[in-house]
Amino acid sequence: MVDFWALALIPLAPLLGAVYNGLLGSRMQARFGKPAVHVPAIVLPAISFAVTVAAFVKMVSLPAGERNLFCHLWNWLPVGGLDAGLAFIMDPLTLVMCFVVTFVGTLIHLYSVGYMREEPGYWRFFSYLNLFMFSMLVLVLGDNFVLMFVGWEGVGLCSYLLIGFWYKEHKNAVAGMKAFVVNRIGDFGFMLGVLLLFWGMQGDWSQGRFRPQPQAASAAGVSAQQPEPAVPAPTAGLTFRHVKERLSEPAFREAFIHKKVFGISLVALIGTLLFIGAMGKSAQLPLYVWLPDAMAGPTPVSALIHAATMVTAGVYMVARLNFIFALSPFVMTWIAVIGVLTAVFAATIGFFQHDIKKVLAYSTISQLGFMFIAVGVGAYGVGIFHLMTHAFFKACLFLGAGSVIVGCHHEQDMRKMGGLGKLMPVTAATYFIACCAIAGFPLTSGFFSKDEILWKAFNAGNLILPGGGIAVWLLGALGAVCTSFYMFRSYYMTFSGEYRGGSRAHDRETGAHADPHQPPKESPRSMTCVLIALAALSLVGGFAGLPRLWHLPNYLHQWLEPVFEGTAGLIRDAGHGASVEWALMALSIALALTGWQLARWLYLDNRNPIPQKLYASRAAWVHGIHALVYNKYYVDEFYNATVVKAVMQARLALDWFDRTVVDGLVNVTRPIVLGLAWLHGKTDNRVVDGAVNGTASIISDAGGVLCLLQTGNIRTYLYLAMAGGIVLILASYVLF
Amino acid sequence: MHIGLTHFLVLSAAMFCMGVLCLLSRKNAIGLLMGIELIVNAANVNLVAFSHFFGNAVAGQVFALFGIVLAAVGVTVALAIVLALYRTFHKSIEVDSASTLRG
Repeated sequence: MVDFWALALIPLAPLLGAVYNGLLGSRMQARFGKPAVHVPAIVLPAISFAVTVAAFVKMVSLPAGERNLFCHLWNWLPVGGLDAGLAFIMDPLTLVMCFVVTFVGTLIHLYSVGYMREEPGYWRFFSYLNLFMFSMLVLVLGDNFVLMFVGWEGVGLCSYLLIGFWYKEHKNAVAGMKAFVVNRIGDFGFMLGVLLLFWGMQGDWSQGRFRPQPQAASAAGVSAQQPEPAVPAPTAGLTFRHVKERLSEPAFREAFIHKKVFGISLVALIGTLLFIGAMGKSAQLPLYVWLPDAMAGPTPVSALIHAATMVTAGVYMVARLNFIFALSPFVMTWIAVIGVLTAVFAATIGFFQHDIKKVLAYSTISQLGFMFIAVGVGAYGVGIFHLMTHAFFKACLFLGAGSVIVGCHHEQDMRKMGGLGKLMPVTAATYFIACCAIAGFPLTSGFFSKDEILWKAFNAGNLILPGGGIAVWLLGALGAVCTSFYMFRSYYMTFSGEYRGGSRAHDRETGAHADPHQPPKESPRSMTCVLIALAALSLVGGFAGLPRLWHLPNYLHQWLEPVFEGTAGLIRDAGHGASVEWALMALSIALALTGWQLARWLYLDNRNPIPQKLYASRAAWVHGIHALVYNKYYVDEFYNATVVKAVMQARLALDWFDRTVVDGLVNVTRPIVLGLAWLHGKTDNRVVDGAVNGTASIISDAGGVLCLLQTGNIRTYLYLAMAGGIVLILASYVLF
Repeated sequence: MHIGLTHFLVLSAAMFCMGVLCLLSRKNAIGLLMGIELIVNAANVNLVAFSHFFGNAVAGQVFALFGIVLAAVGVTVALAIVLALYRTFHKSIEVDSASTLRG
């Protein structure tokens, strides 16, 4: 590991921005105008990006196996065997994440200047956004589980704050709350997983039996001969490298894999619990419900947090902890199955949504599912590759949608859009490029990453599943064609044909638009520049990871290899040959084109009557299917009827318990306490006060008697003194 | 007749007793001072006598000189007190009248 102090700047620069805008923002905005708010808020994340680039240069100069930069600030929680320091570590995987977060983050800050220009709480928005950058960077840079968890919770908090940014609308506040609560469920699993791992790592199972403190035990053996107190063994606790080193010892690894807790494999339990955390954070089945509602936040937030960075934290976590997950084929299979089910499930919901941001939200869930397929079949690098390309094209799509929404006076319903291609050419072009990328058109970034995911799934050999990787591949391919369809549907509904809006007065928070009837126009340059940059990356970003099949260098794979080499031996493939891979590649291109053509046929220029006919159809089955999918398979309703209602009933039961049992107990104690107080009062008044007053009066009376001796007559004193002297002399004669 | 230590001790005891008698019987403050003077000088006689008959040293005589000086100092202060007494208690130096501090 190489010390690199500047690493601390990466998270701390946005923190400085958050503190600045949080404490001084409103005053600076009032006095110096908006640049005083947004210039620091953009420059500080840009500094993070610059430091990331510097770290990249530094890492390239090191040999491939030693690309670890380290920055230790101070010891934070040295408690017993746990030693969680405030330390940052950067390995190739972290660098990719840092690059995505700081680059896309800085661009979105820049975009927000245009998007939020009429917002009164401008400073508050930038403060939250910088705080989010800080939390996310702590999440990816932290060198131990505890620091990662701090970032993990921090991004959840910022997500909550930003979803409910327009908190005056009840709907938004509720959406923020929902995101927070659903995330808490996942976080609970994550925390349990970390604690269980900590417990597991402390033990020694070399004899197949758990012994809590191996070092202490051996020290006790020594102390039989020499009685010295056993020194607590210095353990590195929960740092990633410690866990990784420990698990790379073959003896410990074998014992760890075969350890059981209450009959359940420990490593499977840890992996499952950690993955529950990932399910919450990355919006996978069944904890995805918060993400569509999170679209209530401002669109740059949806782009940054709910598409590009925060929701990928789960994927990052699984890739980061590959040395744990790879030990359990069960957990790996489970991750892949959840991923592929989510990918298809969310993609189908995307078919009938009218809200452009809802379409993108379900698309995000679906793409996250693809990433989990990758990490589930052990292709961690590919998952990270898709994470990166997805950050580019999904941020581009969301920001394009934001541009459209601003253009249409805060209208989000695609049925009231249309024809924007002529009015907003830059937005339309960038949106189209990003659609191509997400659909996986050849040579766009999404093609390389998604195709590799599907190939790795097809070729996976370690899934404990009937049909193995082929089943996963089939569903994944279905998800891919759905993706292509609904993305181009949203493109054609929004940008082709004639403008259908303009009849509805906007009712959003700003109220600053002069005339809601005027046609949409292109967004300001600060927004379109960002769109162009992201669209360019959506096009060429895939060249970082070219397929092995083309005999071209796969830079990203080489770069990430040291991180995953420890588990490479645990991942088996099914051994399909190159010809199968070529065929699959051709097939996935065909699927993308199919989806595109279907969408084009149905939705281009709003001419095809079939969608209208379907909506108008009286046939029960058409109606049923449409209602089922449109209402998102009634999952929210199901949760309301089960989980939420159960919690509410439990609340009533607890209320009853509180009122009867707890209050009853309290009321029973009341007379006892009163009696004790009465007794206490009496004791105090009589005994204690009596003793004090008695002492005082005894001394006073004694003084009254003794003062009679003080006659003031000198001769009396002399007589008494003489008498005393005589008595002493006589006494000395008598006694001695 | 040889004059020995006993003679001096008898003399000093006699002086001491006369001093005490003076203190007990007098009311006049000056009289009291005179009694005290007798007692102090009885002690001085004792010191000189013991010094002479034992030890062959001058320590006792030096102590006697100190005693005379201290007695003079004491009388000086006491006379100042007597003057204050005279002024305070109606032109009288009767010590019985100065009993206002009695309990």
